[in-house]
Amino acid sequence: MGEKVKLIGSIQSLFSYRIEWALKLKGVEYEYIKEDVRNKSPLIFKYNPVHKKVPVLVHGGKPLPESLVILEYIDETWKDCPLLPEDPYERAMARFWAKYGDEKLWQAYMAEGEEKEKAMGPALESLAFLEKGIKGKKFFGGEKIGFLDLAVGWIPHWLNVLEEVGSMKLLDAEKFPSLHEWAENFIQISPIKECIPPREELVSYFHSALIYLRSLSANKP
Amino acid sequence: MCIKKGISAAIAFARYDQNIMGEEVKLFRTWSSPFALRIVWALRIKGIEYQTVFEDISNKSPSLLQYNPVHRKVPVLLHNGRPIAESLVILEYIDETWKQAPLLPVDPHERAMARFWAKFGDDKVLGSIWSVFIKQGKEQEEAMVPAMENLKFLEEELKGKKFFGGETIGFVDLALGWLANLIGLLEEIVGLKVVDGEKLPLLSAWMQEFGDAPIIKDNWPARDGMILKFQALRDATFAAASK
Repeated sequence: MGEKVKLIGSIQSLFSYRIEWALKLKGVEYEYIKEDVRNKSPLIFKYNPVHKKVPVLVHGGKPLPESLVILEYIDETWKDCPLLPEDPYERAMARFWAKYGDEKLWQAYMAEGEEKEKAMGPALESLAFLEKGIKGKKFFGGEKIGFLDLAVGWIPHWLNVLEEVGSMKLLDAEKFPSLHEWAENFIQISPIKECIPPREELVSYFHSALIYLRSLSANKP
Repeated sequence: MCIKKGISAAIAFARYDQNIMGEEVKLFRTWSSPFALRIVWALRIKGIEYQTVFEDISNKSPSLLQYNPVHRKVPVLLHNGRPIAESLVILEYIDETWKQAPLLPVDPHERAMARFWAKFGDDKVLGSIWSVFIKQGKEQEEAMVPAMENLKFLEEELKGKKFFGGETIGFVDLALGWLANLIGLLEEIVGLKVVDGEKLPLLSAWMQEFGDAPIIKDNWPARDGMILKFQALRDATFAAASK
């Protein structure tokens, strides 16, 4: 697999980080092309005309967007350090929970006042499911980091920021002790440890994103 | 009771004999869910024997709630007593478990693009078509813009191909298959042409080709029932909006 690998990503995108972690875990050399999601370059429009977002993996000139799709591609192309388990049922579970993780935790961050209380319900429920899933295991992948760890790997660092910006507490160590412990372990592992964005950068980004998102909601008829 | 048990045992044994994996496959579905239909098609394409459990969404069975506690929805596939939810996840499981008539291509990049388009269908196309369906007047006109944009991407993807999967029906065809049924129904209810044969010739042709394929055609839900159902949904949405 001598073809060139490029990753178009950004510091603001937690989805980009999943891909970096996967590539580093597998020892794949890649060129990182840094984008600012608030000021997108023509490259994003060229390589991801459908969604116009990062991350995009470009391998041998062929572009591939959508982070969970990219993770599977990486796993199928570079066989070292497998991310998905071998058993089809276990694979299905990893895919299910990865999808779930992406769908449920965001709404709470955006909401305000009464809506926030309501939105926190599904977010807390989703953490409860993840808590159940991690009980008795070091990582979702078992002894080593796997697909699901990478998929929900944004929780340890990013959720903390969202909690601050969104004025809410979700990942309570008392309510979710196993998940909390997983989060602590995950952040300590190489290459994750060396590959997380500066907190202040995230706080500033999510703060301005929140203002923007709330203004969009306010302007809806 | 003994006779019933005896018959059940005989059926179970017959299924054991027929099923390549020799194990029980059950599909929880509703009569109309397009997501569940994907699984019906996949199982039929691969020639897998299975049992159907029809659910009433207004009165979900304890089994459904047990097997899909997270989303409490259909479809759920039960294989060897182990449940799997989320239709695209189920499709991948089926493809990995029963190797005949593969749904996903072999090449990793093509596989990835298949997953991409399937996800695009669910994340973007479905919602944008639905918006057109539940709106009226100017709002509906505005909703047509993103809907058409999304459909144009699919049109592009069909260039030089009979199906999204190439010569034969594949993963993406099953994922987008709801278009072949629902678009016609929604157009009839709303009185608006969404997939115009002139503007979207390849997509139009695909809808026809896919919709007429034997396994697909045999499993469409009852048309009258669908018209009633979606008309009612549309009316309910308007009623709620005008409050």
